[in-house]
Amino acid sequence: MLQMLTRRRLLKAARQTLRLLVIVATTFLGLLLITFLIGRVVPIDPVLAVVGDKASPEVYEKARIAMGLHLPLWKQFFIYIGNVLQGDLGTSVLTAKPVTEDILRVFPATIELAVTATIIGVLVGIPLGVFSAVKRDSFLDHVTRVIGLLGYSLPIFWLALMALMVFYAQLDWLPGPGRVDVFYEDIVEPVTGIMIIDCIIAREWEIMRNAIWHVILPALLLGYYSMAYLSRMTRSFMIEQLRQEYILTARVKGVAEWKVIWVHALGNCLIPLITVIALSFGGLLEGSVLTETVFAWPGLGLYLTTSLLNADMNAVLGSTIVVGSIFLGVNMFSDFLYKVADPRAR
Amino acid sequence: MTNRQNLTGARAWLLTDTPDSAFQAASGRFYLGLLEFFRNRLAVVGLLIIITLVLTATFAPQIAPYDPIATDLASRLQPLSADHWFGTDEMGRDIFSRIVWGSRLTLYVILLVAIIAAPVGILVGTVSGYFGGVIDTVLMRITDIFLAFPKLILALAFVAALGPGIENAIIAISITSWPPYARIARAETLTIRNSDFIRAIRLQGAGPIRIITKHIMPLCLSSLIVRVTLDMAGIILTAAGLGFLGLGAQPPSPEWGAMTSAGRSYILDQWWLITMPGTAIFVVSLAFNLLGDGLREVLDPKSDS
Amino acid sequence: MKNRSGINEILLTVNNLQVSFPSPKGVVDAVKNVSFSMGREKIGIVGESGSGKSVTGRAVLRLLPPYARVRADDIIYRGRDLQSLTEKEMRQVRGQGISMVMQDPKYSLNPVRTVGKQIREAYTIHHQVPKQEARAQALQMLEAVRIRNPEQVYHLYPHEVSGGMGQRIMIAMMLIPQPGLLIADEPTSALDVTVQLQVLAILDDLVSQRGMGLIFISHDLELVASFCDRIIIMYGGRIMEMVDADKLHESTHPYTRGLLNCLPKIDGDREPLPTLERDDAWLDDPVNRAGAL
Repeated sequence: MLQMLTRRRLLKAARQTLRLLVIVATTFLGLLLITFLIGRVVPIDPVLAVVGDKASPEVYEKARIAMGLHLPLWKQFFIYIGNVLQGDLGTSVLTAKPVTEDILRVFPATIELAVTATIIGVLVGIPLGVFSAVKRDSFLDHVTRVIGLLGYSLPIFWLALMALMVFYAQLDWLPGPGRVDVFYEDIVEPVTGIMIIDCIIAREWEIMRNAIWHVILPALLLGYYSMAYLSRMTRSFMIEQLRQEYILTARVKGVAEWKVIWVHALGNCLIPLITVIALSFGGLLEGSVLTETVFAWPGLGLYLTTSLLNADMNAVLGSTIVVGSIFLGVNMFSDFLYKVADPRAR
Repeated sequence: MTNRQNLTGARAWLLTDTPDSAFQAASGRFYLGLLEFFRNRLAVVGLLIIITLVLTATFAPQIAPYDPIATDLASRLQPLSADHWFGTDEMGRDIFSRIVWGSRLTLYVILLVAIIAAPVGILVGTVSGYFGGVIDTVLMRITDIFLAFPKLILALAFVAALGPGIENAIIAISITSWPPYARIARAETLTIRNSDFIRAIRLQGAGPIRIITKHIMPLCLSSLIVRVTLDMAGIILTAAGLGFLGLGAQPPSPEWGAMTSAGRSYILDQWWLITMPGTAIFVVSLAFNLLGDGLREVLDPKSDS
Repeated sequence: MKNRSGINEILLTVNNLQVSFPSPKGVVDAVKNVSFSMGREKIGIVGESGSGKSVTGRAVLRLLPPYARVRADDIIYRGRDLQSLTEKEMRQVRGQGISMVMQDPKYSLNPVRTVGKQIREAYTIHHQVPKQEARAQALQMLEAVRIRNPEQVYHLYPHEVSGGMGQRIMIAMMLIPQPGLLIADEPTSALDVTVQLQVLAILDDLVSQRGMGLIFISHDLELVASFCDRIIIMYGGRIMEMVDADKLHESTHPYTRGLLNCLPKIDGDREPLPTLERDDAWLDDPVNRAGAL
């Protein structure tokens, strides 16, 4: 491999990285522009939101200048960019704390769900897709396709409610909303923000068990959607690969059938699957908004909807920027992985 | 005897190997596509459900037995019965009637989003793909920026700014829906752009507008129709999600997502408040998925569903 | 299975092979009543698209899709009845007994693995040896197909090599387990004319050196005639004729004559070439089995 690092290739890699950085930067700026414009389009007067409608004209004007709203729009935008890059997303009207602080507090809970769901989706969805593609039109194939179809058609908030009703209300197998039972709240020190890890750090084993029980249902729910999507895409990719001539070559060589499927064919599927997994992560961020609402899960999604219902524009826009940035980052990373993994793309 | 001859005549005309006109050839292809489509039972089911939706929405006043908005607190939270097929909600309103009327809202959302997002997407995509260069780079950057947001999140942000309401929800969803269409249209345009027939038309003196609108756009249609239909399922879910959060059509509008949300408190004993509207959303979304899959098999034979 | 018997040893016997596929129009016979025997010689199977020539090759290796119905009185390789083997036993025959080279290395090589790794795999399936030894074998094989810098090529990916080199890699990969019989399915059809001759020469050399049998499937009658010892001409899934290559031009079978007459000759007259006429009656006629062993 080292012999490949000729000067020419290094320059090429540098150029590609630069191009990638430019793309990331411009997309991020565009992201900020959109949220900025949304913020300025609000029919509610932001100054009034701060000073109240009983304020005198002098106070109003002072506040207006303090908020920088007297400046031309493009100047405001530059200030906005500067603020964001410094980590200042404004102050939440609801909590009276900096939005950034709020988001850092709630963000890990969402990541906990999204990551767990992705893992479920990958570990269950991809093998299901493989089996489905190999044994086409078998019972397993039909079941997988139905599961996939349901995943595209069932409203997640409804399924969440149904799941709560069945497993919590009727069967009492799983605990109800929230990350832990009510009387366990606020006991464990939030170090990482991920409840289970924090419990381990604090050696609160009973609370940890409680937390694990609580995370099962929302994680499974989101995981189902991830699994439906990944199994469908895997099936599609696998069918395409199994049609290819190099699969015949492998069989002619005498390669064992399991290896033909799981190493040769799936190996070629993994590359486009990287992109698919990244996209599914974005879908999970979306699904998380509704899931957190149903399960009272204190994550970014719940924060976003609460802020929204309270017209807390700074919080809403701040959350939007964060979610958009995460999604952008995940996509960029997957593009990068794609280039590394696919020899044809180098 | 005469009828059978006519049928053979029409079919013979459609299926001939030597059509006399472009119209005949196109009709023949359409007929064959139709036959293939109807062979897919699931797709037909999807189509029937959607037709039912349209009919329900059109004839809502005739179909719904009760006024969807009128409250009747005396008969609140009634279970399913002969009087109230889907029971009553917390305000005593007949759920079946509300769902029937709610189909109008669903249809309204779908149609408007499709009418707004698809043309914008096709336009951006074809222009971007045809002209290339700076125009392409700029338009694709813009498209990518919109794609960088998960759809629901951006829709939420827009609704936050514009305020709740069904029109704002439609605008918000449309704004997040057009980018994939732009990408598809651009991909198709790039494939076609350098083909000989485009060169021929250009030699005949056709300007870019004519080329794009009359020649390139029609060729993008088939993949776009498939994509739009499949997207409809997601759009219904997004709209319902917004309704669930209280950001869509405002009460007392019988919007299915909002109905589901209102039923949350009664989940234990009066399960029909949530189940009925939720099932409605599910069924319609499923129908579009089935229809879209069926269309894809007919229009895009390369892909494997 | 590897000791070489006399030159007259029969490697492969196929008797009454029939392959059918289900189709919307009913069951279609892709191959019907195909029988032949071969030893350490080069046999060409020639035919148009759809004549069943490729299907025949794959049927011998039992690599047709599961919905294909394969029946034969005999498919015997070196005394072993291939039809009676389990899948596991058949996998041992593949590569080590019978191997196959396919048409286009762009598609027949795994795009995400290095060329060297793929050749190595062909070896380690049949020989449990450490990685280093397999690598050495692979490099040796690359040299045998006249690749000048095997060390460098070893690390390349299929998309980084030319068509001719890719096909040579394919040959290396298929010959490394030392099969007794090689099926070459249109091995040069995807190559430029100049490269075709090079690859054929390499194939010829290796097959002769190793005392292998070769089944050369092609649509190119002239090419097969110049390269092979005997020719089987197929049409519509049936064998029309079997002739020695040097007696090809004396053939009297109407289909063969038709094929020959369609070929442009440099010293021919200036009249338009005749169009090949096909007679469905040929599908029922008894086969001319001149030249069968």
